[in-house]
Formats: sequence, C-alpha cells, structure tokens
Amino acid sequence: MPAYPDDLRYSREHEWVRAEDSSATIGITSFAAEELGDIVYLDLPAVGTRLERSATFGVVESVKAVSDLYAPVAGEVTEVNEQLATNPELVNSDAFGNGWIVKVRLDDASQLDDLLDAAAYAELTA
Amino acid sequence: MAYSPHTDADRQRMLAAIGVASVEELFADIPSSVRASRFELPPPLVEQETRAELSRLAALNHIPQLSFLGAGAYRHLVPQVVWEVIGRSEFATSYTPYQPEVSQGTLQSIYEFQSLICELTGMEVATASHYDGATATAEAALMACRLTRRHRIAISTAVHPQVRRALATYCSGLGVEIVEVAADLADGGSGLTPVEAAAGALGDDVACLVAQQPNFFGGIEPMAELADAAHAAGAQLVAFVEPVSLALLQAPATYGADLVAAEGQPLGIPLSYGGPYVGLMAAPMSAVRQMPGRLVGATLDGEGRRGYVLTLQAREQHIRRERAASNICTNQALCALAATAYLSAVGPAGLREVAELSTIQARHLAAAIESGGCGERRFSAPYFSEVALRVPNAARRYAVLAERGIVAGYPLGRDYPELADTLLLAATELTTDDDIERLVDALGETA
Repeated sequence: MPAYPDDLRYSREHEWVRAEDSSATIGITSFAAEELGDIVYLDLPAVGTRLERSATFGVVESVKAVSDLYAPVAGEVTEVNEQLATNPELVNSDAFGNGWIVKVRLDDASQLDDLLDAAAYAELTA
Repeated sequence: MAYSPHTDADRQRMLAAIGVASVEELFADIPSSVRASRFELPPPLVEQETRAELSRLAALNHIPQLSFLGAGAYRHLVPQVVWEVIGRSEFATSYTPYQPEVSQGTLQSIYEFQSLICELTGMEVATASHYDGATATAEAALMACRLTRRHRIAISTAVHPQVRRALATYCSGLGVEIVEVAADLADGGSGLTPVEAAAGALGDDVACLVAQQPNFFGGIEPMAELADAAHAAGAQLVAFVEPVSLALLQAPATYGADLVAAEGQPLGIPLSYGGPYVGLMAAPMSAVRQMPGRLVGATLDGEGRRGYVLTLQAREQHIRRERAASNICTNQALCALAATAYLSAVGPAGLREVAELSTIQARHLAAAIESGGCGERRFSAPYFSEVALRVPNAARRYAVLAERGIVAGYPLGRDYPELADTLLLAATELTTDDDIERLVDALGETA
C-alpha cells in the first residue's frame, strides 16, 4: 500500500489539502497524477475566484485524458501556482510539493474534518 | 459503388446478437409523443424518374440575369484552378483526418488554410474552419464568455441580422444574455456603431462586443475605438470581418481584435442558394485552449521529418464530451480547401486587386444611381464594396426589377423597419460598367 503524507487531508476525488490556520494549499495526489499520465496543461481559476465545495474549479489535461478538478473545501483563491503554466509536469514529479495547484482562504476550517486522512486515502486507492 | 440493403435475415441476426427482439425496442426510450407516427413519403422512383424530378426542381431555381445582391455573400471570380484542386479524388471525401499516418495531404492542406487565415487576419492561430460565418461568430462570442468568465454579449445592430439570429440561437438555453448596441440609422446618420453607445452597453459582466467590418451596410466601423471601449470594460472585441476586404483594410490584430470570425465564401466559393459556405475563426495563441473545432499542427516525426497532426484534441467533444469547447461544430474541409486554392492562386496582389475593383465599382454604382436621380446614399460613413441607397418606392421598384431578372440588391426594410426605402447594393470585380448602366436604366423606367 502506498504511503501518503500524514499532514494532509484527502478527498475521494483525489485532491489533497494542506491547511495552515485559515488558509489551505490544494493539489492532486501522486496517485491521481500517475493515473492521468504525463500532464501537459492545467486550466486554473483566477485569484479571487470563489470555490464551492465539490464543484469543479479547473481542468487538468494529460496526454491521455482530461479531468475536472473538484474543490475539496470552500474558499477564495488567494494564489495560483504560476509555475504550472510552463511546467505542468511538476504535478507528476512532485505532486505534494512544487506541484501544488491553488491556495485558498478557507470559508470554514471544519470542512477539513469531512476529508480523509492519509491512512483512509491509502485504503481508498489500494 | 454497390448498394446492398440489409435483408430481414440480416436484421434478425443483428437483433439476436445484441439481445433485442425488434428494431422498435431500440426506440423504447423515446416518448411516443415526440416520435413521428408516420412518414408521408412519395413512392420510390427509378433512376430516370429521379433524374427527371430533380431536373424539374432545378428548373424552378430563379437565376437572375443581373444581380447586385450581396448582404453577406458575394459573387467573385472563381479561377478554374480552384475547381481543379477541389475536384481531385483525394479530397473528394475529405472528412476529419484523425489518422495522420494516412492523411498527410489533407492535413497539410488544412495547415496551409490555417496559415493563410492567420496571414489575412494578423492573428496567431486559426481553426480548420466552421460551418459558416454566422456560426463562427457565435462560437467566437461564446469563446469570449469562457475566456472572461462573463455571461453577457454586446452586439451592434449593424452586424448582419442572420448572424445576430444565429448568436441568439446559440445563447438560448446557455443563460447567456445578448445586449444590442443600436447603430446610428438616423437620417443623415453614419450607419455605424456609435462608440459611446457601445461603451455604455459594456458593464463588468459583458464578455465581448461583437462588431462587423465592413458592417452590414458596407460602412467602415471605427474598430480601434470599439476595441478600446471593450478593453476598458475588461471585455473582448469579436470582429466579424469580410475576408476580401482585409486586402485593403487593417488586419483585425492591428486594431486590437481579440477574436476574429468571418464568412469565407468570397474566397473561391460560388454562390449556390446559401451554401455550403465556410466559417473562419482566428485568435491569439494564449486563447487556443478555448477555441472550438479542429486544429492542425505541424510537428516532426520519429525520423525528424515535418508532418501534420490534429492537435489539442482534448478541447473537442470526442475526448471532452459535454464539456468540450463546442459540441455543435465541425470543419468544412472541402470549402476550406477551395479558399486555400483561391488565396494561393490570386496571391496578395491579386486579392488586393479584387478588393480595389470591388470598391471602385461600388462607388461607380452609387454615383450612377445618384446622378440618374434614382436614389441617394442613405449613410455618410466611408464604405467598402456595398452601399445603402435610399430609393423612393423601393419595394415596388425592387419587385418590378425582379420580374425582369434584375436583383436590385437587398431591401433593408426586411430587417430594419426604419430603412423601408433603402436598398443595399453590392459590387464586385465582376460588376461591369454595362451592368450598372442597365440597373440605372431599369430603375429610371420604374420611377
């Protein structure tokens, strides 16, 4: 069973969330990146966009598929990973680090409790 | 090619293979209320009867002796080489070439088409074509909505009425609202889109302003100022242009158009009762992911040789399904090939000559009608190859001339009640001085 970082929370749609106080960083998991194959493009929201929980907020395109990104938590986008515009492959090579996608200001930090922990996510993807 | 209809035995075997008892069962999901109960088709005809019937129908076509009808479709010379190229059997069934390994010729011809449209418009990327100018314009306006994430579209009433109707159809059901910007149609007015009115219609929820150059009345719009007004409101300018005019007028990229759409018919495609025509669309490379339809790209194969492939297909419905950039577009490969052959045959100098001759003859036409006392120019703005003329008793005279095989342009009252006395007359390089004289004489006789 693969190991996933313990300090993150995970959605069933394969996004991860790293919460720090009232803000959070969101990306897609290494499992999702591997399933998608080489990622060639990401269509991302603008800073200031409102994310609704479970709604799509962007698109990730790989050489073999196009998938929607689902917001694991609600909030407002405060930062977008600009590096992905020229280096989308960062999502494949460093999904939990430099391959982060957006940062948001959380509406309600308690929404994190509805997400999976590393062990539960590992079980989901096993 | 042999035509072998399925036999009842064939049908039974196919139904058995998929586990269905009857063909009717395949339609069980469609409510009977929306199904036709019967089709009232005439009895079958043998080949000779079919030929006779088609000949009878073709004879009903009204072929005018003399026509000044433009209004979006124009009679230009189609050099013989265009017919020669599009008649080649390799191109006769050219549909979407999904398999690059067997379609290099078709793909290259589409790539050349895209390159020519980029050169004409000054834009960075052009699609492999659309149904026609109206659908290309509607697609461009919706593309602006996706790019700006806004849901209203402002469009000038000096844009072709059929294009506006196509846009309204595209927007119905999408929750996209259309705001019209009234052109200056007052007596002695410019016939153009007032920049202030356009600016007033643009709010922070408007995705784009759609304007036509030359506009529906032939007038030369202040496109740079309209672009500035759109950009000041964070909106895009969608320019619907006439391709031959681009040989004389500024390229849309020069005046700040964000998206360009056009009807490609004037480029080597004959008038044939409305189609098939070809839509053109071009954009900056930064917007390419939101472009609808096919795109052909150049690449290198495994041995380093230049080759062509359909590219960025993840935008399209065969991959993206309901979230594709468009679910209602296709390319018009054969008409696009005609445009490619036409542009290659006439070249930049030839296209400029076509544009110049058309504008010269349009001025000759307007002057002859005015000096013949048959009418006067309705609008004050400079015009390209088409001119709106107020002709007293226009409807009656138009009808009388039509009886005599002369189409005296397009009666603008059909779309604009305030222009009931106005005819829109087009000239091209095929309009002779003699044609103009015959029109003026005929108009004079009906005074």
